[in-house]
Amino acid sequence: MDKKNPLLEIRDLKITFPPKKSPVFAVRGVSLSIERGKTLGIVGQSGSGKSTLARAVMQLVQPTKGEILFDGISIGTQSIKKRMQMVFQDPGGSLNPYAKVRSIISEPLLVHKIAKGVELQNRVTTLLQQVGLQEGDGEKYPHEFSGGQKQRIAIARAIALKPELLVCDEPTSALDVSVQAKILNLLSDLRDELDLTILFISHDLAVVHHFCDHVALMHEGKIVEQGPVEDVIHNPNHCVTKELMAACQGRSLNSSDSPSCML
Amino acid sequence: MLDVKNLRITFGNQIAVDGIDFSIEQGGSLAIVGESGSGKSVTALSILGLLPNNARVSGEILFEEYNISTLSSAQMQQLRGKKIAIVFQEPMTSLNPVFSIGEQIMETLLAHENLTRQEAKQKTLLALEEVGIPKERFKSYPHEFSGGMRQRVVIAIALACTPDLLIADEPTTALDASTSLQIIELLNQLQRNRNMAIIFITHDLCLVPSIAEHVCVMRSGKIVEKGKTSTVLEKPTHPYTTALTACVPSIYKKYKRLPTI
Repeated sequence: MDKKNPLLEIRDLKITFPPKKSPVFAVRGVSLSIERGKTLGIVGQSGSGKSTLARAVMQLVQPTKGEILFDGISIGTQSIKKRMQMVFQDPGGSLNPYAKVRSIISEPLLVHKIAKGVELQNRVTTLLQQVGLQEGDGEKYPHEFSGGQKQRIAIARAIALKPELLVCDEPTSALDVSVQAKILNLLSDLRDELDLTILFISHDLAVVHHFCDHVALMHEGKIVEQGPVEDVIHNPNHCVTKELMAACQGRSLNSSDSPSCML
Repeated sequence: MLDVKNLRITFGNQIAVDGIDFSIEQGGSLAIVGESGSGKSVTALSILGLLPNNARVSGEILFEEYNISTLSSAQMQQLRGKKIAIVFQEPMTSLNPVFSIGEQIMETLLAHENLTRQEAKQKTLLALEEVGIPKERFKSYPHEFSGGMRQRVVIAIALACTPDLLIADEPTTALDASTSLQIIELLNQLQRNRNMAIIFITHDLCLVPSIAEHVCVMRSGKIVEKGKTSTVLEKPTHPYTTALTACVPSIYKKYKRLPTI
Protein backbone atom coordinates (compact mmCIF):
# COMPACT_ATOMS: atom_id res chain seq x y z
CA MET A 1 0.00 0.00 0.00
CA ASP A 2 1.38 3.34 -1.05
CA LYS A 3 1.66 5.62 1.98
CA LYS A 4 0.47 8.61 -0.03
CA ASN A 5 -2.94 7.11 -0.77
CA PRO A 6 -5.60 8.44 1.55
CA LEU A 7 -6.91 5.95 4.09
CA LEU A 8 -10.23 7.77 4.23
CA GLU A 9 -11.75 9.76 1.45
CA ILE A 10 -15.07 11.56 1.58
CA ARG A 11 -16.55 12.80 -1.69
CA ASP A 12 -19.27 15.42 -1.84
CA LEU A 13 -21.09 14.04 1.18
CA LYS A 14 -24.60 15.31 1.87
CA ILE A 15 -26.75 14.31 4.82
CA THR A 16 -30.32 15.52 5.21
CA PHE A 17 -32.55 14.66 8.13
CA PRO A 18 -36.19 13.78 7.50
CA PRO A 19 -38.91 16.25 8.39
CA LYS A 20 -40.26 16.48 4.83
CA LYS A 21 -41.71 19.96 5.21
CA SER A 22 -38.53 21.48 6.62
CA PRO A 23 -35.60 19.09 6.11
CA VAL A 24 -32.45 19.69 8.14
CA PHE A 25 -29.37 19.94 5.94
CA ALA A 26 -26.78 18.73 8.43
CA VAL A 27 -23.93 18.12 6.00
CA ARG A 28 -24.04 20.04 2.72
CA GLY A 29 -21.39 18.75 0.37
CA VAL A 30 -18.20 17.88 2.23
CA SER A 31 -15.12 16.46 0.54
CA LEU A 32 -11.99 15.60 2.46
CA SER A 33 -9.33 12.94 2.82
CA ILE A 34 -6.90 11.71 5.47
CA GLU A 35 -3.57 10.14 4.63
CA ARG A 36 -2.58 7.00 6.44
CA GLY A 37 -0.94 7.78 9.79
CA LYS A 38 -2.14 11.40 9.89
CA THR A 39 -4.57 13.08 12.26
CA LEU A 40 -7.26 15.34 10.88
CA GLY A 41 -9.14 17.65 13.24
CA ILE A 42 -12.66 18.78 12.39
CA VAL A 43 -13.51 21.94 14.27
CA GLY A 44 -16.80 23.76 14.42
CA GLN A 45 -19.44 25.09 16.74
CA SER A 46 -22.35 23.04 18.00
CA GLY A 47 -24.70 22.39 15.12
CA SER A 48 -22.07 22.75 12.40
CA GLY A 49 -22.47 19.11 11.33
CA LYS A 50 -19.14 17.78 12.56
CA SER A 51 -20.58 14.93 14.67
CA THR A 52 -22.98 13.92 11.89
CA LEU A 53 -19.98 13.68 9.57
CA ALA A 54 -18.15 11.45 12.06
CA ARG A 55 -21.23 9.27 12.46
CA ALA A 56 -21.54 8.90 8.69
CA VAL A 57 -17.95 7.65 8.52
CA MET A 58 -18.83 5.06 11.17
CA GLN A 59 -22.03 4.16 9.27
CA LEU A 60 -24.21 5.23 12.17
CA VAL A 61 -25.95 7.70 9.85
CA GLN A 62 -26.94 6.99 6.26
CA PRO A 63 -25.60 9.60 3.80
CA THR A 64 -28.19 11.17 1.50
CA LYS A 65 -25.65 11.68 -1.29
CA GLY A 66 -21.96 11.26 -1.93
CA GLU A 67 -19.57 8.48 -1.04
CA ILE A 68 -17.10 7.53 1.66
CA LEU A 69 -14.10 5.40 0.66
CA PHE A 70 -11.98 3.56 3.18
CA ASP A 71 -8.67 2.41 1.75
CA GLY A 72 -10.17 2.75 -1.72
CA ILE A 73 -13.26 0.64 -0.97
CA SER A 74 -16.75 1.99 -0.37
CA ILE A 75 -17.70 1.65 3.29
CA GLY A 76 -20.45 -0.78 4.26
CA THR A 77 -18.73 -4.13 3.85
CA GLN A 78 -18.28 -6.16 7.01
CA SER A 79 -14.51 -6.57 6.55
CA ILE A 80 -14.08 -2.82 6.69
CA LYS A 81 -16.19 -2.31 9.79
CA LYS A 82 -13.61 -3.72 12.16
CA ARG A 83 -10.84 -1.59 10.68
CA MET A 84 -12.45 1.57 12.08
CA GLN A 85 -13.59 2.29 15.62
CA MET A 86 -15.01 5.21 17.53
CA VAL A 87 -14.56 6.98 20.87
CA PHE A 88 -17.59 9.03 21.93
CA GLN A 89 -17.87 12.29 23.82
CA ASP A 90 -19.69 11.16 26.92
CA PRO A 91 -17.68 8.37 28.53
CA GLY A 92 -20.50 7.53 30.95
CA GLY A 93 -23.14 7.21 28.25
CA SER A 94 -21.05 5.06 25.93
CA LEU A 95 -20.46 2.25 28.45
CA ASN A 96 -23.11 -0.29 29.48
CA PRO A 97 -23.72 0.34 33.20
CA TYR A 98 -24.70 -3.30 33.83
CA ALA A 99 -21.58 -4.84 32.28
CA LYS A 100 -18.20 -5.36 33.92
CA VAL A 101 -15.32 -3.55 32.25
CA ARG A 102 -13.76 -6.86 31.15
CA SER A 103 -16.90 -7.81 29.25
CA ILE A 104 -17.23 -4.31 27.72
CA ILE A 105 -13.72 -4.56 26.29
CA SER A 106 -14.17 -8.21 25.20
CA GLU A 107 -17.30 -7.51 23.21
CA PRO A 108 -15.78 -6.32 19.91
CA LEU A 109 -13.32 -9.24 20.02
CA LEU A 110 -16.20 -11.69 20.49
CA VAL A 111 -18.47 -10.09 17.90
CA HIS A 112 -15.77 -10.27 15.24
CA LYS A 113 -14.73 -13.77 16.43
CA ILE A 114 -11.14 -12.71 16.94
CA ALA A 115 -10.34 -14.31 20.28
CA LYS A 116 -11.96 -16.47 22.93
CA GLY A 117 -11.13 -18.27 26.16
CA VAL A 118 -7.72 -17.67 27.69
CA GLU A 119 -6.48 -15.74 24.69
CA LEU A 120 -9.40 -13.32 25.00
CA GLN A 121 -8.71 -12.79 28.71
CA ASN A 122 -5.02 -12.14 28.01
CA ARG A 123 -5.81 -9.65 25.29
CA VAL A 124 -8.22 -7.74 27.53
CA THR A 125 -5.58 -7.58 30.26
CA THR A 126 -3.04 -6.20 27.78
CA LEU A 127 -5.58 -3.63 26.59
CA LEU A 128 -6.30 -2.51 30.15
CA GLN A 129 -2.59 -1.99 30.74
CA GLN A 130 -2.17 -0.22 27.41
CA VAL A 131 -4.64 2.48 28.47
CA GLY A 132 -3.14 2.81 31.95
CA LEU A 133 -5.62 0.76 33.99
CA GLN A 134 -4.96 -2.18 36.30
CA GLU A 135 -5.78 -5.81 35.55
CA GLY A 136 -8.15 -5.87 38.55
CA ASP A 137 -10.15 -2.95 37.08
CA GLY A 138 -11.67 -5.45 34.63
CA GLU A 139 -13.84 -6.85 37.41
CA LYS A 140 -15.40 -3.47 38.23
CA TYR A 141 -18.45 -1.70 36.79
CA PRO A 142 -18.31 1.64 34.90
CA HIS A 143 -19.81 3.67 37.78
CA GLU A 144 -16.81 2.82 39.96
CA PHE A 145 -14.56 4.92 37.71
CA SER A 146 -13.99 8.66 37.25
CA GLY A 147 -14.81 10.36 33.92
CA GLY A 148 -11.21 10.17 32.72
CA GLN A 149 -10.94 6.48 33.60
CA LYS A 150 -14.23 5.75 31.83
CA GLN A 151 -12.81 7.38 28.73
CA ARG A 152 -9.76 5.09 29.08
CA ILE A 153 -12.12 2.10 29.07
CA ALA A 154 -13.86 3.42 25.94
CA ILE A 155 -10.45 3.86 24.29
CA ALA A 156 -9.43 0.29 25.24
CA ARG A 157 -12.61 -1.01 23.62
CA ALA A 158 -11.95 1.07 20.51
CA ILE A 159 -8.39 -0.18 20.02
CA ALA A 160 -9.26 -3.83 20.85
CA LEU A 161 -9.67 -4.70 17.16
CA LYS A 162 -6.39 -2.94 16.24
CA PRO A 163 -8.25 -0.54 13.95
CA GLU A 164 -6.46 1.53 11.33
CA LEU A 165 -8.84 4.47 11.70
CA LEU A 166 -9.99 5.88 15.02
CA VAL A 167 -12.85 8.38 15.01
CA CYS A 168 -12.86 10.49 18.19
CA ASP A 169 -15.96 12.64 18.68
CA GLU A 170 -15.02 15.28 21.27
CA PRO A 171 -13.28 12.71 23.47
CA THR A 172 -12.19 15.27 26.07
CA SER A 173 -15.02 17.83 26.07
CA ALA A 174 -16.65 16.29 29.14
CA LEU A 175 -13.40 16.18 31.10
CA ASP A 176 -11.44 18.54 33.36
CA VAL A 177 -8.46 20.31 31.82
CA SER A 178 -5.97 18.22 33.80
CA VAL A 179 -7.70 14.94 32.83
CA GLN A 180 -7.97 16.19 29.25
CA ALA A 181 -4.18 16.52 29.15
CA LYS A 182 -3.76 12.92 30.31
CA ILE A 183 -6.24 11.52 27.77
CA LEU A 184 -4.65 13.53 24.93
CA ASN A 185 -1.24 12.17 25.94
CA LEU A 186 -2.64 8.63 26.02
CA LEU A 187 -4.14 9.04 22.55
CA SER A 188 -0.91 10.37 21.13
CA ASP A 189 1.08 7.46 22.66
CA LEU A 190 -1.39 4.98 21.16
CA ARG A 191 -1.24 6.79 17.84
CA ASP A 192 2.54 6.19 17.68
CA GLU A 193 2.35 2.67 19.05
CA LEU A 194 -0.47 1.40 16.82
CA ASP A 195 0.20 3.61 13.80
CA LEU A 196 -3.34 5.00 13.99
CA THR A 197 -4.99 7.37 11.57
CA ILE A 198 -7.33 9.62 13.55
CA LEU A 199 -10.37 11.72 12.69
CA PHE A 200 -10.65 14.05 15.66
CA ILE A 201 -13.80 16.11 16.22
CA SER A 202 -13.61 19.10 18.57
CA HIS A 203 -14.94 22.59 19.20
CA ASP A 204 -11.65 23.67 20.72
CA LEU A 205 -9.10 24.94 18.24
CA ALA A 206 -6.34 24.87 20.86
CA VAL A 207 -6.83 21.14 21.45
CA VAL A 208 -6.78 20.52 17.69
CA HIS A 209 -3.65 22.63 17.34
CA HIS A 210 -1.98 20.45 19.93
CA PHE A 211 -3.15 17.10 18.63
CA CYS A 212 -3.69 17.22 14.85
CA ASP A 213 -1.63 17.55 11.67
CA HIS A 214 -4.41 18.95 9.53
CA VAL A 215 -7.58 20.80 10.36
CA ALA A 216 -10.89 21.36 8.59
CA LEU A 217 -13.30 23.99 9.87
CA MET A 218 -16.99 23.29 9.51
CA HIS A 219 -19.75 25.83 9.53
CA GLU A 220 -23.40 25.14 8.71
CA GLY A 221 -22.64 21.77 7.15
CA LYS A 222 -19.79 22.93 4.94
CA ILE A 223 -16.04 23.03 5.21
CA VAL A 224 -15.08 26.69 5.15
CA GLU A 225 -11.34 26.35 5.57
CA GLN A 226 -8.83 23.52 5.68
CA GLY A 227 -5.11 22.89 5.66
CA PRO A 228 -2.12 22.05 7.85
CA VAL A 229 -2.99 23.12 11.37
CA GLU A 230 -0.10 25.61 11.77
CA ASP A 231 -0.99 27.38 8.49
CA VAL A 232 -4.65 27.75 9.40
CA ILE A 233 -3.90 29.06 12.89
CA HIS A 234 -1.23 31.53 11.79
CA ASN A 235 -3.17 32.72 8.84
CA PRO A 236 -6.91 32.24 9.35
CA ASN A 237 -9.06 33.35 6.42
CA HIS A 238 -12.65 32.63 7.25
CA CYS A 239 -14.51 34.60 9.91
CA VAL A 240 -15.61 31.40 11.69
CA THR A 241 -11.95 30.42 12.11
CA LYS A 242 -11.23 33.85 13.52
CA GLU A 243 -14.15 33.57 15.93
CA LEU A 244 -12.94 30.19 17.18
CA MET A 245 -9.42 31.63 17.50
CA ALA A 246 -10.86 34.47 19.56
CA ALA A 247 -12.59 31.95 21.81
CA CYS A 248 -9.20 30.35 22.46
CA GLN A 249 -7.50 33.69 23.03
CA GLY A 250 -10.17 34.60 25.56
CA ARG A 251 -9.11 31.52 27.49
CA SER A 252 -5.42 31.99 27.01
CA LEU A 253 -3.11 33.41 29.62
CA ASN A 254 -0.33 34.16 27.13
CA SER A 255 -2.31 36.58 25.07
CA SER A 256 -2.60 40.30 25.55
CA ASP A 257 -5.35 40.79 22.96
CA SER A 258 -8.90 40.32 24.04
CA PRO A 259 -11.35 38.59 21.73
CA SER A 260 -12.31 41.03 19.03
CA CYS A 261 -15.36 39.45 17.46
CA MET A 262 -18.16 37.51 19.06
CA LEU A 263 -20.89 35.43 17.51
CA MET B 1 -21.33 39.73 52.86
CA LEU B 2 -20.48 36.02 52.66
CA ASP B 3 -17.96 34.79 55.15
CA VAL B 4 -17.00 31.12 55.26
CA LYS B 5 -14.93 30.11 58.29
CA ASN B 6 -13.12 26.83 58.77
CA LEU B 7 -15.68 24.93 56.70
CA ARG B 8 -15.32 21.17 56.90
CA ILE B 9 -17.61 18.71 55.12
CA THR B 10 -17.38 14.95 55.48
CA PHE B 11 -19.29 12.02 54.00
CA GLY B 12 -18.69 9.08 56.32
CA ASN B 13 -14.92 8.72 56.46
CA GLN B 14 -14.44 10.69 53.27
CA ILE B 15 -13.30 14.28 53.81
CA ALA B 16 -14.68 16.41 50.97
CA VAL B 17 -13.78 19.85 52.31
CA ASP B 18 -11.05 20.17 54.88
CA GLY B 19 -11.20 23.47 56.76
CA ILE B 20 -11.42 26.28 54.22
CA ASP B 21 -11.90 30.01 54.75
CA PHE B 22 -12.95 32.57 52.20
CA SER B 23 -15.15 35.61 51.94
CA ILE B 24 -16.72 37.80 49.32
CA GLU B 25 -18.07 41.32 49.56
CA GLN B 26 -21.14 42.96 48.04
CA GLY B 27 -20.70 43.15 44.26
CA GLY B 28 -17.45 41.19 44.38
CA SER B 29 -16.43 38.24 42.27
CA LEU B 30 -14.59 35.13 43.38
CA ALA B 31 -13.59 32.09 41.38
CA ILE B 32 -13.06 28.68 42.98
CA VAL B 33 -10.83 26.56 40.77
CA GLY B 34 -9.85 22.92 41.08
CA GLU B 35 -9.98 19.48 39.50
CA SER B 36 -12.94 17.15 39.86
CA GLY B 37 -13.02 15.82 43.38
CA SER B 38 -11.30 18.87 44.86
CA GLY B 39 -14.43 19.82 46.80
CA LYS B 40 -15.42 22.93 44.90
CA SER B 41 -18.98 21.90 44.04
CA VAL B 42 -19.62 20.54 47.53
CA THR B 43 -18.56 23.93 48.88
CA ALA B 44 -21.09 25.62 46.59
CA LEU B 45 -23.88 23.26 47.62
CA SER B 46 -23.15 23.86 51.30
CA ILE B 47 -23.68 27.60 50.88
CA LEU B 48 -27.13 26.83 49.45
CA GLY B 49 -27.91 24.18 52.08
CA LEU B 50 -28.32 21.59 49.31
CA LEU B 51 -25.96 18.94 50.62
CA PRO B 52 -27.33 15.40 50.86
CA ASN B 53 -28.43 14.22 54.32
CA ASN B 54 -25.37 12.06 54.93
CA ALA B 55 -23.04 15.06 54.78
CA ARG B 56 -21.67 16.38 58.08
CA VAL B 57 -20.80 20.07 58.11
CA SER B 58 -18.78 21.96 60.67
CA GLY B 59 -17.51 25.54 60.67
CA GLU B 60 -19.49 28.66 59.88
CA ILE B 61 -21.15 30.04 56.78
CA LEU B 62 -22.26 33.60 57.46
CA PHE B 63 -24.35 35.28 54.77
CA GLU B 64 -25.53 38.84 55.41
CA GLU B 65 -27.30 38.61 58.77
CA TYR B 66 -27.89 34.86 58.57
CA ASN B 67 -25.84 31.97 59.88
CA ILE B 68 -26.55 29.40 57.19
CA SER B 69 -25.34 26.39 59.15
CA THR B 70 -28.04 26.96 61.80
CA LEU B 71 -31.03 27.69 59.55
CA SER B 72 -33.91 25.21 59.28
CA SER B 73 -34.75 23.83 55.86
CA ALA B 74 -37.88 26.01 55.67
CA GLN B 75 -35.86 29.16 56.41
CA MET B 76 -33.25 28.04 53.90
CA GLN B 77 -35.91 27.60 51.24
CA GLN B 78 -36.89 31.24 51.63
CA LEU B 79 -33.30 32.35 51.19
CA ARG B 80 -32.60 30.12 48.22
CA GLY B 81 -33.73 31.61 44.92
CA LYS B 82 -34.45 34.92 46.65
CA LYS B 83 -31.13 36.00 48.16
CA ILE B 84 -28.77 33.32 46.88
CA ALA B 85 -29.23 31.66 43.51
CA ILE B 86 -27.33 29.05 41.56
CA VAL B 87 -26.65 28.25 37.91
CA PHE B 88 -25.76 24.59 37.41
CA GLN B 89 -23.44 23.02 34.90
CA GLU B 90 -25.91 21.05 32.79
CA PRO B 91 -28.62 23.34 31.41
CA MET B 92 -30.75 20.45 30.14
CA THR B 93 -31.08 18.63 33.43
CA SER B 94 -31.63 21.75 35.51
CA LEU B 95 -34.70 22.69 33.45
CA ASN B 96 -37.98 20.81 33.61
CA PRO B 97 -38.64 19.34 30.14
CA VAL B 98 -42.46 19.43 30.46
CA PHE B 99 -42.97 23.09 31.31
CA SER B 100 -42.43 26.07 29.03
CA ILE B 101 -39.45 28.22 29.99
CA GLY B 102 -41.76 31.14 30.78
CA GLU B 103 -43.64 29.03 33.34
CA GLN B 104 -40.36 28.01 34.94
CA ILE B 105 -39.17 31.58 35.39
CA MET B 106 -42.59 32.57 36.75
CA GLU B 107 -42.47 29.71 39.26
CA THR B 108 -39.49 31.28 41.04
CA LEU B 109 -41.12 34.71 41.08
CA LEU B 110 -44.44 33.39 42.41
CA ALA B 111 -42.69 31.34 45.10
CA HIS B 112 -40.73 34.26 46.54
CA GLU B 113 -42.56 37.46 45.72
CA ASN B 114 -46.05 38.60 46.41
CA LEU B 115 -47.15 38.95 42.78
CA THR B 116 -50.22 38.13 40.72
CA ARG B 117 -49.70 35.83 37.72
CA GLN B 118 -50.06 38.84 35.41
CA GLU B 119 -47.33 40.80 37.23
CA ALA B 120 -45.11 37.73 37.32
CA LYS B 121 -45.51 37.33 33.57
CA GLN B 122 -44.51 40.94 32.98
CA LYS B 123 -41.41 40.47 35.13
CA THR B 124 -40.60 37.23 33.29
CA LEU B 125 -40.71 38.98 29.94
CA LEU B 126 -38.27 41.58 31.27
CA ALA B 127 -36.02 38.83 32.62
CA LEU B 128 -35.99 37.11 29.21
CA GLU B 129 -35.06 40.36 27.52
CA GLU B 130 -32.23 40.89 29.98
CA VAL B 131 -30.59 37.56 29.13
CA GLY B 132 -31.06 38.07 25.39
CA ILE B 133 -33.99 35.76 24.64
CA PRO B 134 -36.81 37.16 22.45
CA LYS B 135 -40.14 37.58 24.29
CA GLU B 136 -41.90 35.37 21.74
CA ARG B 137 -40.04 32.36 23.18
CA PHE B 138 -41.99 32.60 26.48
CA LYS B 139 -44.04 29.53 25.54
CA SER B 140 -41.15 27.48 24.12
CA TYR B 141 -39.97 24.30 25.83
CA PRO B 142 -36.36 23.57 26.86
CA HIS B 143 -35.78 21.07 24.03
CA GLU B 144 -36.46 23.81 21.49
CA PHE B 145 -33.36 25.71 22.61
CA SER B 146 -29.66 25.18 22.00
CA GLY B 147 -27.31 24.57 24.94
CA GLY B 148 -26.26 28.22 25.16
CA MET B 149 -29.85 29.48 25.03
CA ARG B 150 -30.88 26.98 27.72
CA GLN B 151 -28.12 28.27 29.94
CA ARG B 152 -29.53 31.80 29.40
CA VAL B 153 -32.92 30.52 30.60
CA VAL B 154 -31.28 29.02 33.71
CA ILE B 155 -29.58 32.37 34.34
CA ALA B 156 -32.93 34.18 33.93
CA ILE B 157 -34.48 31.86 36.55
CA ALA B 158 -31.57 32.41 38.92
CA LEU B 159 -31.71 36.18 38.57
CA ALA B 160 -35.50 36.58 38.54
CA CYS B 161 -35.71 37.60 42.20
CA THR B 162 -32.58 39.81 42.07
CA PRO B 163 -30.41 37.74 44.42
CA ASP B 164 -27.48 39.33 46.24
CA LEU B 165 -25.25 36.35 45.55
CA LEU B 166 -25.10 34.18 42.45
CA ILE B 167 -23.21 30.90 42.47
CA ALA B 168 -22.30 29.68 38.99
CA ASP B 169 -21.16 26.05 39.17
CA GLU B 170 -19.26 25.33 35.94
CA PRO B 171 -21.87 27.23 33.93
CA THR B 172 -19.94 26.93 30.66
CA THR B 173 -18.41 23.45 30.86
CA ALA B 174 -21.19 21.86 28.79
CA LEU B 175 -20.97 24.56 26.11
CA ASP B 176 -18.68 25.00 23.13
CA ALA B 177 -15.85 27.50 23.20
CA SER B 178 -17.51 30.50 21.56
CA THR B 179 -20.89 30.03 23.31
CA SER B 180 -19.08 29.80 26.61
CA LEU B 181 -17.50 33.24 26.09
CA GLN B 182 -20.93 34.73 25.36
CA ILE B 183 -22.32 33.32 28.62
CA ILE B 184 -19.37 34.70 30.58
CA GLU B 185 -19.85 38.08 28.95
CA LEU B 186 -23.55 37.97 29.91
CA LEU B 187 -22.76 37.07 33.54
CA ASN B 188 -20.20 39.89 33.72
CA GLN B 189 -22.64 42.41 32.38
CA LEU B 190 -25.45 41.32 34.71
CA GLN B 191 -23.13 41.40 37.68
CA ARG B 192 -22.04 44.98 36.90
CA ASN B 193 -25.60 46.20 36.30
CA ARG B 194 -26.96 44.74 39.51
CA ASN B 195 -24.00 45.08 41.84
CA MET B 196 -24.44 41.41 42.66
CA ALA B 197 -21.74 39.18 44.13
CA ILE B 198 -20.77 36.12 42.11
CA ILE B 199 -18.95 32.90 42.95
CA PHE B 200 -17.74 31.22 39.80
CA ILE B 201 -16.75 27.57 40.03
CA THR B 202 -14.61 26.09 37.29
CA HIS B 203 -11.90 23.55 36.54
CA ASP B 204 -10.36 25.80 33.92
CA LEU B 205 -8.01 28.37 35.45
CA CYS B 206 -7.71 30.12 32.08
CA LEU B 207 -11.35 31.26 32.25
CA VAL B 208 -10.84 33.04 35.55
CA PRO B 209 -9.29 36.35 34.38
CA SER B 210 -12.37 37.11 32.30
CA ILE B 211 -14.78 36.72 35.23
CA ALA B 212 -13.34 37.11 38.72
CA GLU B 213 -11.21 39.59 40.65
CA HIS B 214 -10.26 37.03 43.28
CA VAL B 215 -9.47 33.37 43.03
CA CYS B 216 -9.13 30.37 45.36
CA VAL B 217 -7.34 27.29 44.05
CA MET B 218 -8.63 24.12 45.71
CA ARG B 219 -7.04 20.72 45.87
CA SER B 220 -8.24 17.69 47.87
CA GLY B 221 -10.58 19.78 50.01
CA LYS B 222 -8.06 22.49 50.89
CA ILE B 223 -7.40 25.94 49.49
CA VAL B 224 -3.78 25.80 48.33
CA GLU B 225 -3.59 29.35 47.04
CA LYS B 226 -5.78 32.43 47.09
CA GLY B 227 -5.54 36.08 46.21
CA LYS B 228 -6.16 38.62 43.48
CA THR B 229 -6.59 36.86 40.13
CA SER B 230 -3.87 38.88 38.40
CA THR B 231 -1.34 38.19 41.17
CA VAL B 232 -2.13 34.49 41.44
CA LEU B 233 -1.92 33.94 37.69
CA GLU B 234 1.20 36.01 37.11
CA LYS B 235 3.13 34.79 40.14
CA PRO B 236 1.65 31.52 41.31
CA THR B 237 3.34 30.42 44.53
CA HIS B 238 1.96 26.89 44.67
CA PRO B 239 3.22 24.33 42.12
CA TYR B 240 -0.34 23.03 41.73
CA THR B 241 -1.52 26.39 40.37
CA THR B 242 1.32 26.40 37.84
CA ALA B 243 0.47 22.84 36.81
CA LEU B 244 -3.20 23.71 36.31
CA THR B 245 -2.35 26.45 33.84
CA ALA B 246 0.33 24.45 32.04
CA CYS B 247 -1.87 21.48 31.12
CA VAL B 248 -4.18 23.52 28.88
CA PRO B 249 -3.36 23.28 25.16
CA SER B 250 -2.69 26.65 23.56
CA ILE B 251 -2.88 28.01 20.05
CA TYR B 252 0.50 29.68 20.58
CA LYS B 253 2.69 26.85 21.79
CA LYS B 254 2.91 23.28 20.58
CA TYR B 255 4.23 20.53 22.84
CA LYS B 256 4.96 16.93 21.96
CA ARG B 257 3.17 15.92 25.17
CA LEU B 258 1.08 18.05 27.50
CA PRO B 259 2.39 18.51 31.03
CA THR B 260 0.11 16.67 33.46
CA ILE B 261 -0.50 16.90 37.18
